[in-house]
Amino acid sequence: MPKSLIVIGAGMASGRLLEHLFEAGGDWQVTLFNAEPRGCYNRIMLSPVLSGEKTYDEIVTHDDAWYAAHGVTCRFGEKVAAIDRAARTVTSETGEVLAYDKLVIATGSQPFIIPMPGHDLDGVIAYRDLDDTERMMALAPGARAVVIGGGLLGLEAAAGLHARGVDTTVVHLMGHLMERQLDAAAGYLLRKELVDRGIKVRCSTNSRQILGQDGQVRALQLEDGEELPCDLLVMAVGIRPNVALAAAAGLAVGRGIHVDDRLCTSDADIFALGECVEHEGALFGLVAPLYDQAKVLAAVLAGEDDAAFRQKELSTKLKVTGCDLFSAGDFAEGPGREDIVFRDPARGVYKRLVLEKDRLIGAVMYGDTADANWFFGLIREGRDVSDMREMLIFGPAYQGGTGADPLAAVAALPADAEICGCNGVCKGRIEAAIAEGAVDLGGVRAVTKASASCGTCTGLVEQVLAATLGDAFALPVAQPVCGCTDLTHEDVRRLIKSHPLKSQEAVWQELGWKTRNGCHVCRPAINYYLLADWPLDYRDDPQSRFVNERNHANIQKDGTYSVMPRMWGGMTNAAELRAIADAADKYGAAIKVTGGQRIDLLGVRKQDLPAIWADINAAGMVSGHAYTKGLRTVKTCVGTDWCRFGTQDSTGLGITLEKRLWGSWTPHKVKLGVSGCPRNCAEATCKDVGVICVDSGFQIGVSGAAGMDVKEVERLHDAATEDETVEWIVAFLQLYREHAKYLDRAYKWTAKVGLDWVRAQLADDATRQALVARFDLSQSIYQKDPWAERATPEAARRFAPMADLTLEAAE
Amino acid sequence: MSWIDIGALDDIPLRGARIVKTRMGCVALFRTDPEEVFATSDRCPHRGGPLSEGIVHDRKVTCPLHNWVFSLETGAAQGADEGVIATFPVRVEAGRILIDAAALGRRSAA
Ligand code: SRM
Ligand SMILES: Cc1cc2nc3c(=O)[nH]c(=O)nc-3n(C[C@H](O)[C@H](O)[C@H](O)COP(=O)(O)OP(=O)(O)OC[C@H]3O[C@@H](n4cnc5c(N)ncnc54)[C@H](O)[C@@H]3O)c2cc1C
Ligand code: SF4
Ligand code: FES
Repeated sequence: MPKSLIVIGAGMASGRLLEHLFEAGGDWQVTLFNAEPRGCYNRIMLSPVLSGEKTYDEIVTHDDAWYAAHGVTCRFGEKVAAIDRAARTVTSETGEVLAYDKLVIATGSQPFIIPMPGHDLDGVIAYRDLDDTERMMALAPGARAVVIGGGLLGLEAAAGLHARGVDTTVVHLMGHLMERQLDAAAGYLLRKELVDRGIKVRCSTNSRQILGQDGQVRALQLEDGEELPCDLLVMAVGIRPNVALAAAAGLAVGRGIHVDDRLCTSDADIFALGECVEHEGALFGLVAPLYDQAKVLAAVLAGEDDAAFRQKELSTKLKVTGCDLFSAGDFAEGPGREDIVFRDPARGVYKRLVLEKDRLIGAVMYGDTADANWFFGLIREGRDVSDMREMLIFGPAYQGGTGADPLAAVAALPADAEICGCNGVCKGRIEAAIAEGAVDLGGVRAVTKASASCGTCTGLVEQVLAATLGDAFALPVAQPVCGCTDLTHEDVRRLIKSHPLKSQEAVWQELGWKTRNGCHVCRPAINYYLLADWPLDYRDDPQSRFVNERNHANIQKDGTYSVMPRMWGGMTNAAELRAIADAADKYGAAIKVTGGQRIDLLGVRKQDLPAIWADINAAGMVSGHAYTKGLRTVKTCVGTDWCRFGTQDSTGLGITLEKRLWGSWTPHKVKLGVSGCPRNCAEATCKDVGVICVDSGFQIGVSGAAGMDVKEVERLHDAATEDETVEWIVAFLQLYREHAKYLDRAYKWTAKVGLDWVRAQLADDATRQALVARFDLSQSIYQKDPWAERATPEAARRFAPMADLTLEAAE
Repeated sequence: MSWIDIGALDDIPLRGARIVKTRMGCVALFRTDPEEVFATSDRCPHRGGPLSEGIVHDRKVTCPLHNWVFSLETGAAQGADEGVIATFPVRVEAGRILIDAAALGRRSAA
């Protein structure tokens, strides 16, 4: 007599189970309950249905005929309400009681809905089943949708909605998309791809509440108060195993229903599989392990003794057409782990392998996943890869070859291999140009345009030159920024503007940095370029700054610091001097009058910095930025206020300039001087910018210096009024900020671009005024006293040691 | 080993460092990646520069005084410079940083 098997849930796991069960030929009378009003379909293919690439009919895995052929009693659209283990019966929601010999729970999981205000409004949905999908498909083109969650499901929903012409925004809490599967670099590329398509992506963004109107969703309000209007809100923030039924029946449950290797629950007649189970502490969210479970459980039900479920490594792919990504294994950083990274920014390819003890343990790939399966195999096998390490990242095609000579690799490329993606130039075209007489990069560029656009293939073009010309080709002398890149400072500045690149991650990624995150040479430079070019989009990164600029004080040879408040134009008063004297006493500082017309407090301990700053702030003084690549001092003389020769108010002009310019970051330090007459007591003729006041107005000189090189200023412009003087100086500094190489003083920069070019730029009224406007915009962000910001208790904490173990009892 | 909790991971900025005072001198903790922390002596063998104030890149730090670069994994100076800094076992667990007090003790006894 056939035994009765009741299955709760007609999902992907139980569907596969039934197939195996009937293949094994066992004598079962199966009753299949499903809460959804339909049988089993390929849930993971809902995304192609949503995007329109498939229809629902194409993804149904078991139709009525199949169930009929196997004698399955289908109770679709009917939930099981309770299990009575003692009586070995289940009760359906209609109240009907059915007896079982064996019971299988395959209730899957439930999407997690964040219980924020408004989550119960109409139009707030999850992404789990056909109904959700149809809800999204019902949106008209031009409608607006917000998807909360930038994981696998959220992005598939967003891509599908977007493909239907819906205006879609993804809101993601974490710093990069799919952070569980991807590292930051791959997450960056994915985001870029989606944004390029027109999907809006907001990372590091928290939601506050969902706003509605007449019970229908209207907008999502973010934590900062901003509202994102929407007609539909899809929440795809995670899933929770459906354990309620099992828990109510008294089965052992943790996060999921506990099962052993045979998928048996704490009751010998009840089994469970799929997303609702917990096996050895693990939950499941992908179908591969569920299919393994289905196979094992079918064998167990068929009476096989040795069937056992084992967890395996899993891999992930995103089913968004055009976004090739793959991730497998453990790719987190960790001591003892090594990375092998390959980047081909022009093609948008990124691959990273993580090795531990000569074994591949994780892989992340974006853009080119052709070799993914091979890598995945290596991870699963746990094979020793030390013998193929050199060429490992190039995939199976390169194994067993000789050394990893880049020239050999280029030489081996076929003539039609694309070298320059922007201009579609292949290797054969470059070789032809060389045959026609090009001998260097410039020559090739001139005739083929290769490397003339984004410039990222420059290195490859040079390799083609080297491989073709042999010793006749000398690599160009242009100095790269540092060992992390082949690009020069000028290239990087240009690319940051033209691409545009607005984060360090973007620079490393798109410009093919050879290191994981730069070095002490390039990081401060890139940080400066980004904040100078994108004051509103980029946030200054203290960790990319030299210690002085990070701690806002000059480090001394013994590790103490100097503290130098601003004295506007060299003017001070008794109260300020008293506060300085008090601070010197209180913190044991030495006092020195500097060469820049102000006072330096030397020898202050790091942990005292916030306190001394607070004291100095309280007396009305701010940081003198004596430690920055930014505005230092504006030296002045006494001018018309006191001096019998003074022609203009040099002190007043100096103070006006210092108040306008302080706090701005520049490629190197900037010093100004304003002298009241040509006797030049403020030494204005050897400053980055120096003004000599004369009867008829103001002579503005620029590009002077008195450091390692001594240089007299060159005349930039003669101005009639103070306002005109200030406008020209601000515009000059902004031009310097936007164009100079990091660590070039003004005189080095003007020597490169020519003072004539600078004058021509500034002489144009519109250009000059636009430069001033951009400077002021940047100042609206950066003109803040860094001391005041760091004298708060929260910030001050970071200046003290994290812990003090000297008091700890001896071992 | 005897692991002691010395603070929250987030107290160290990403690619930044903090110090811990110990009887054998300051120990620098470097956060090289969201979940990765290294511990070394804070003192540069060149002229005593505070390594915790250096720029952290990959698993390396550059001394703020004269730009020597050290591997945080092995403690060895990179490139042409010669010198080694002590490294100490450290772990990250549930957002907390644990350091091996026994290793600190051993060094001080030596
Ligand atoms: C404090 C002061 C010396 C003094 O006691 O007077 C000083 C001190 C330092 N100078 Fe200076 N300079 C000081 C005025 C000058 C002057 C004179 C001036 O500004 O009128 C010059 C020549 C003018 C010029 O800059 O063109 C000067 C040319 C330099 C240079 C060479 C710059 C160059 O481009 O050649 C450096 C090195 C650098 O910046 O890379 C330098 C670097 C330094 C540093 C920051 C070295 C460092 O990186 O640690 C010194 C910090 C010492 C410390 O432990 O705090 N200092 N330095 C002066 C502070 C002025 C102020 O109030 O802000
Ligand atoms: C849009 C989408 C895309 C996905 N893409 C991928 C992918 O690319 N790769 C991948 O590996 N995985 C993917 N997944 C995950 C995969 O679909 C699930 O892991 C898998 O469907 C889980 O199978 P299951 O049988 O455990 O649960 P389910 O397929 O959810 O089936 C459980 C069924 O039980 C029913 N049920 C629940 N409670 C009761 C009750 N009390 N009585 C009766 N019936 C009940 C439910 O209605 C449901 O039909 C995706 C999921 C979604 C939603
Ligand atoms: S001249 Fe400047 S840099 Fe040189 S020792 Fe004096 S303060 Fe230091
Ligand atoms: S003290 Fe560290 S490099 Fe000189």
